[in-house]
Amino acid sequence: MKTRYTYGGDEHIYVEMDDEMSLDAFFKSLSMSNAVREANIDGVTEICPANASFQVRFDPDVIAPEEMMRRVQELEHKADDAEKQMATRIVEIPVYYQDPWTHETLMRFRERHQDPSGTDLDYAARINGFDSAEGFIEAHHSQPWFVSMVGFVAGLPFLYQLVERDKQLQVPKYLRPRTDTPKQTVGYGGCFSCIYSVRGAGGYQMFGITPMPIFDPEQKVGYLQDFMVFFKPGDIVKFKPIDREEYDRILAAVEAGTYAPRIAEVDFDLDAFNADMVGTNRKLMEALNVA
Amino acid sequence: MSLKIVNPGLSTSIQDLGRPGYFHLGIPMGGAMDRFALRAANMLVGNPEGAAGLEAVFMGPVIEFDKTALVAVTGADLPVKVDGEPRAGWTAFIVKAGQTLSFDFLKSGARAYIAISGGIDTPEALGSRSTYPIGALGGINGRNIQAGDVLPIGEGDMIEEGQSVPVEMRRLPGTPAELRVLPGLYWHRLTEAAQDGFFEDDWAVALEADRMGYRFKGGRPLEFVAREQPFGAGADPSNIVDGCYSYGSIQVPGGLEPIVLHRDAVSGGGYFTLGAIISADMDLIGQLQPHTPVKFKKVEMAEATAARKARKKMLSDIRAHLG
Repeated sequence: MKTRYTYGGDEHIYVEMDDEMSLDAFFKSLSMSNAVREANIDGVTEICPANASFQVRFDPDVIAPEEMMRRVQELEHKADDAEKQMATRIVEIPVYYQDPWTHETLMRFRERHQDPSGTDLDYAARINGFDSAEGFIEAHHSQPWFVSMVGFVAGLPFLYQLVERDKQLQVPKYLRPRTDTPKQTVGYGGCFSCIYSVRGAGGYQMFGITPMPIFDPEQKVGYLQDFMVFFKPGDIVKFKPIDREEYDRILAAVEAGTYAPRIAEVDFDLDAFNADMVGTNRKLMEALNVA
Repeated sequence: MSLKIVNPGLSTSIQDLGRPGYFHLGIPMGGAMDRFALRAANMLVGNPEGAAGLEAVFMGPVIEFDKTALVAVTGADLPVKVDGEPRAGWTAFIVKAGQTLSFDFLKSGARAYIAISGGIDTPEALGSRSTYPIGALGGINGRNIQAGDVLPIGEGDMIEEGQSVPVEMRRLPGTPAELRVLPGLYWHRLTEAAQDGFFEDDWAVALEADRMGYRFKGGRPLEFVAREQPFGAGADPSNIVDGCYSYGSIQVPGGLEPIVLHRDAVSGGGYFTLGAIISADMDLIGQLQPHTPVKFKKVEMAEATAARKARKKMLSDIRAHLG
């Protein structure tokens, strides 16, 4: 891992912990962005952690860019020393894979895709060495994911799967981004899964859809009444495949205000995970089952 | 009092100075594309500079007033009329109860700002009235204004009409427009020839130019330094492991057409960015019409900081002039 510091214009410091994705880079980015927050530096206006990088926005009228850069760099040692563990939660997200709505959309934008003759899921399965879409779907939901960034549009989580590097699935983004994506589509680009929080443009491959809203500006959805955005970095997600019947049932419960996602409090320790991924994941998923 | 929208124009939205503090959740700052113009309009009618006004793109709205109010229009040169009679831009004028505010065809610039004494008083969302349609926040039910909307106006002091911002204190981009860039972010991904070419080439504003971003075309495709793509980034050389985007940063998907990310831009993503437009020039971008010729100019931090100071001084000069 090699940390790289750069300016983003005269109002941002951008820090890339590593140019490739890893949980080590994520934890260092999160620890360092926390250290910047705790340092309470005059002039800092926003701190945005990302997958393997973070950004500090500041007011150059209050603190000179060179001074801001120096203050951020001084905090790197704190991130090195930080413990790579956190108290967090695991959430079960129901997914209707191969649903009719994302299918309609992917057919509409076929000419922007690497393989106009198939579907996004067939393509992703093939380039990852699966015989069928079902094999890819199984790999997608059988092991949990880590929210390594929230952003792009309101409350959209980027998810990184908690498996060995050689088991991680990778797919390219669309050749040209779509102008439309159904709300709550489960997408995939690079090594990241995502859940589109709102309808709009998107470049990730589309595999399915969840009936569970994750952003509600009106805050009418029961579990979003405290805050309109559901996810935060460090949340752990377990996808659960559902069929059309269950999709409709959950959707009705959401609309009636009675739906509550399954959530359990868990601790995540990166060293313990690296030492025993299968065992750590089993424990995480068991916590969800007893919740 | 309230305003009745008879015709919304092409795309008119309620904007103030935006909602900082939620970028880490993917909710952008938003706010007026040309903050300088919004601030000046508010000063002219005696509002706090961050009061909400209307941002009208290319075409003005038609608005009926139910009470007498002081109004000012700044930014783009969009000729103003009250019951068909012309009024000057960058100058405060009275619109009486029952009168109608309307506009002629755009002469220059792209966005006009309409401030009304008292300010638009729609509900705040996350601390701002700015309209962010993708997240359905602010404005009227999270959307741009439509015919038939009635906009509530706050209580304002009626200061005198006729105050004006002198021509030399107004600010619009020249032609060709020059946008100053501080190289950085993923600048190292470009070959030296591509780095030089970006500043040498003649660019023009593309049709895709809105609150999310301004696309530019006409220059040569950018070449990347060869590398094996890092894990998680995606296969295209313009891909990176998804990170945050700085305001004003310039992304170039596929190395083809640069896009300057503006007020409502996505907060992050997987395309490389080669640097950012300096903060002092961001307002100017919102005044560029499609097809406007543009040169990007390379600057260092000292020039960016000096330009920012100069812009602040222009605003304080207007404040001093208006007393």
